[in-house]
Amino acid sequence: MLIINCPLCGPRDHAEFTYVGDATKNRPKNGDSSNDNAWYDFVYLRDNPKGLHEELWQHSFGCRCFVKVLRNTLTHEIIATGMPKDNLILKEKGLELNV
Amino acid sequence: MAKYSIFNIIKNAFNEDKNWARAWRDPEPKKSYDVIIIGAGGHGLASAFYLAKNHGIRNIAVLEKGYLGGGNTGRNTTIVRSNYMLDENAHFYEKSLQLWEQLSSELNYNVMFSQRGVLNLAHTDSQIDAITRRGNTMRLNGIDAELLDEKQIRKLMPYLDFSNDVRFPIKGGLLQRRGGTARHDAVAWGLARAADSLGVDIIQNCEVIGFEETGNKITVVKTSRGNFNCGKVGFAVAGNTGHLASLINLKLPIESHVLQAFVSEPLKPMIDHVVTFGAGHFYISQSDKGGLVFGGDIDMYNSYAQKGNLPLIEEVVTAGLAMIPSLSRLRITRHWGGVMDMSMDGSPIIGKSPIDNLYLNCGWCYGGFKATPGSGWVFAHTIANDEPHSLNKGLNLERFKKGRMVDERGAGPFPNRH
Repeated sequence: MLIINCPLCGPRDHAEFTYVGDATKNRPKNGDSSNDNAWYDFVYLRDNPKGLHEELWQHSFGCRCFVKVLRNTLTHEIIATGMPKDNLILKEKGLELNV
Repeated sequence: MAKYSIFNIIKNAFNEDKNWARAWRDPEPKKSYDVIIIGAGGHGLASAFYLAKNHGIRNIAVLEKGYLGGGNTGRNTTIVRSNYMLDENAHFYEKSLQLWEQLSSELNYNVMFSQRGVLNLAHTDSQIDAITRRGNTMRLNGIDAELLDEKQIRKLMPYLDFSNDVRFPIKGGLLQRRGGTARHDAVAWGLARAADSLGVDIIQNCEVIGFEETGNKITVVKTSRGNFNCGKVGFAVAGNTGHLASLINLKLPIESHVLQAFVSEPLKPMIDHVVTFGAGHFYISQSDKGGLVFGGDIDMYNSYAQKGNLPLIEEVVTAGLAMIPSLSRLRITRHWGGVMDMSMDGSPIIGKSPIDNLYLNCGWCYGGFKATPGSGWVFAHTIANDEPHSLNKGLNLERFKKGRMVDERGAGPFPNRH
């Protein structure tokens, strides 16, 4: 069982969450059809790392908030959680800037 | 290599079976190979076998980081079928099924291919419409399919829950009689033995740790057992495709996910076919040892761990009990996880890559095992001729960029939904 620490609700069983996927993909601007490669990259290509993976889960059976999770795909260990805007890798290293 | 035959069995019986030769060599790797296939599972070994047999290329190495057939080849539910609807998949999987039908004699090794029939249940009027359409499409493609009503299914499978007051009553099903199961370990061993006898070097405990590139070509494959010069390179590493591709900075439309499978305690013969539930994801058959072999969905989140989680076990078993209530008293004796290479449209990628001499065989999602001989057959053709066979032309990597998805379920670009 994975225990995901929801920033709003606290530690919860992962069965309460719906997996959304890779959190590192940036959606190209709406209506921007000038760069097909950017869309191809956003829709289809994945780093699919063996190790640390920044991903989004939705707390569907809780606060319904999207939660960002930094998780090791080889061990399933959850290293950090936060809000979708958080940079968890920098936060873990204590490097996140206070904006 | 001694041919396996009834005479050989009798002859060796007199010597208490002490004189059987080993089935394949354990060769010292050479410095250079014409073709290096990475991954000695079913697909990698079949590719090497057909490269040697059909295309006359003999200087081949198959590299395996662990032991032969220790990945997904040994971790699946052994189902073989070709009940696909889209052209790109239908003809390819049908070729694979035809190769299965002759595989034991082709390899001189009994892969215990059992055409016991695969039945997909339907529980609503719309599902009946859908399987009718699928069945008709299959028959137009020359693939066998039979639509069964509830009465006919009752006769074949009396253990299913036929009551009408359940949430998902059984209304009918689509049967492919030529589908069935095969012994997965025997497939790996038989292919290894046959490929080895044609001169293929199978090198185990040999993990690929990097590549050297010159121009747009891979020239050296670096491994834990030394560096090899190579002419062409083929990936056949299933769930580890993403990791291997990252070693040459190649991004693919693939995510790795963990899929669990289960075996119950052994029973007297009960389930004579492969049966799948239509209202949830559940498939079951009975092994020759008597254990019920079953599985369901992937765990849904990215994973390279060959282990799964408890909520999914509950979900799979719930679907199983809805279909066959008598399973409730059974004990599960073993369960395990395998890492699936889930592609963005649910169909495999077999073909060329952006790198000149690298060929990809990946994106098998739930269904790599049934494709084993077909995948090797078309992959060997693709590697030998540097262009795909007509059977795998539509299963190329470019289809994602061009928007020509081969999306059997119509689920969209979400790898965990296929």
